[in-house]
Amino acid sequence: MPELRELTYAEALRECMRQLMEEDERVFLIGEDIGVYGGAFGVTAGLIDLFGAERVIDTPISEAGIAGACIGAALTGMRPIGEIQFMDFVTLSMEQLVLQAAKVRFMFGGKASVPMVLRMPGGSGTGAAAQHSESLENWFVHVPGLKVVMPSTPYDAKGLLRASVLDNNPVIFVEHKLLYKTKGHVPEDRYIVPLSQTKVVREGKHLTVVATSIMVVRALQAAEELAKEGIELEVIDPRTLKPLDDAPIIESVKKTGRALVVHEAVEMGGFGGEIVARIAASEAFDYLEAPIRRLAGLDIPIPYNRELEYHAVPQVESIVREARKLVRGEY
Amino acid sequence: MIQLSQDVIQRYHDLIETLGPEALKMMLQEMHTIRAFEERAEQLYMQGKVHGTMHLSIGQEATAVGAANAMQEGDYLLNHHRGHGHCMAWGADPNRMMAEFMGKETGYCRGRGGSMHIADVESNNLGANGIVAGGIPIAVGVGLSIKMRRTSQVCLVIFGDGAANEGAFHEALNMASIWTLPIVFLCENNQYAMSMPVEKAFNIEKISQRAAAYGLPGVTVDGNDVLAVYSAVSQAAARARRGEGATLVEAKTYRYKGHSKSDKQAYRSREEVRYWQENFDPIMRFTNLLLMVGVITETEAAQMRERAVAIIDEAVAFSEASPAPNVADIMDGVYA
Repeated sequence: MPELRELTYAEALRECMRQLMEEDERVFLIGEDIGVYGGAFGVTAGLIDLFGAERVIDTPISEAGIAGACIGAALTGMRPIGEIQFMDFVTLSMEQLVLQAAKVRFMFGGKASVPMVLRMPGGSGTGAAAQHSESLENWFVHVPGLKVVMPSTPYDAKGLLRASVLDNNPVIFVEHKLLYKTKGHVPEDRYIVPLSQTKVVREGKHLTVVATSIMVVRALQAAEELAKEGIELEVIDPRTLKPLDDAPIIESVKKTGRALVVHEAVEMGGFGGEIVARIAASEAFDYLEAPIRRLAGLDIPIPYNRELEYHAVPQVESIVREARKLVRGEY
Repeated sequence: MIQLSQDVIQRYHDLIETLGPEALKMMLQEMHTIRAFEERAEQLYMQGKVHGTMHLSIGQEATAVGAANAMQEGDYLLNHHRGHGHCMAWGADPNRMMAEFMGKETGYCRGRGGSMHIADVESNNLGANGIVAGGIPIAVGVGLSIKMRRTSQVCLVIFGDGAANEGAFHEALNMASIWTLPIVFLCENNQYAMSMPVEKAFNIEKISQRAAAYGLPGVTVDGNDVLAVYSAVSQAAARARRGEGATLVEAKTYRYKGHSKSDKQAYRSREEVRYWQENFDPIMRFTNLLLMVGVITETEAAQMRERAVAIIDEAVAFSEASPAPNVADIMDGVYA
């Protein structure tokens, strides 16, 4: 049997963009330092050599301008893929995304569409401190008209990006800096991972763990640890946060009777609250054997010091600890 | 009656010849129709027949009509919250505009957008924008798209004086300049950003001076002179179509009505408004010009106003007879 081809998360994204640009001349890339520099995290490296500066467009440091350029191009027949260098900087694009991209279609009576994707790396763990480590995905989850996608594996990164570019709506595509170098099986095919399909990534019977982005990786590591103690976690990755496919989550909680939601963004007002509410309001409520818990970032800006930074967000140990308590009834 | 000097007639001699009587008459008719639409809009509001807010551009008709007529079939329009005039001058159907204003299903946006968000995507009117400067970065994307698709289209984006002090304006003009995009940035300076007078909001004489900072040409014209606006926007559009890039055109005009329905206009005097109405009214000025050069007669001038009122009467009748949106369809149009 031939060995399965492996790519990193960053390579998978790049291959997806290359394939889309080869097959559809309406697709182009736009962002800061994405050309010769290859992007701050190297995701677009080499694409300018293949497609030229006309389709891999380096911009001035103008995040509102980047978002607006994507919207205007999308409204007039192009399929732009924008890059915001760090998710933190999307705060400078908010008006264009929230008040324009998300609303144009509805305001115009359903007569326009904005098929654009805005990629951005979120998350902490690189020592970049408070202004380069944000996890702001839930801001966008709160906006009707936007879709929010957060892949956790190289395979999903490629398939979800393709689905996002082919979608006719504005998609906020949240990558994670620490995932860029993670490796996994990625076929060369031009495959799609459909949006709004929640995935059970590990089956287990004792506790449902709903995790996003890098927390899926950490939850799987925690599941390995706990399996040694006979505790079986069922790990679920929503992959698309909005519109959310909650059925697999509810089904899982009916089976396990327990749920823990894990994300890096701060707990207060985070995506976890939505998951908890969906479970509590569903038929799974009758199956609950324990309170539904969240494990999320502390309600603080990300600190610079390595140890402080580490403790600001959930880690494998904290997931193990919290999961064990829930399963053992020690809450 | 405003008297026009022979200089004015001389200045526009060639343009009047080029446009011809039919086009000139149509432009004057459009100005009348816009004014009649907005006067009726205000009346409908006072009668309690309209639920939302509105921003009237009465007094600014020359800018809308001059600019829209300078553009070609297939060009794009992005405009702002005080946008009834631009939309109508772009060729929108008054019936569907009025229906939108009255929140009806037959309106351009099926009653979902209202006065501030009228768009007609089929005619490349990409819509009015409720956010000051909100459309300016989008114009960059439209310009980029035109350039990448290699068509000869041009994007006209209209915004107010207030928008020129938003960060988005600076980002967008710079990007348009470095990429030589086919955009006409039209700053419709009506001299007040809500209550803030331009003299207090800018420390420069003309907003068009800002163009120099981005390496773009900038020009200021009399926004109450329809032919001056037509001429400046035509030149800017031609330059864009030749692939030479964007221009910032500033049209200085004056809004007669308050910012919106809640405005008590404490920031300016009635005398000031009257001064503009009596001396610089764009419809009166253009009427006089066309009378003096013999393009229209007094009778025709009067008929234009009557015709405008009739068009709007019909639009109101159409809208009142139109169905309201169905609540069952409330979720329509959020996603494609």
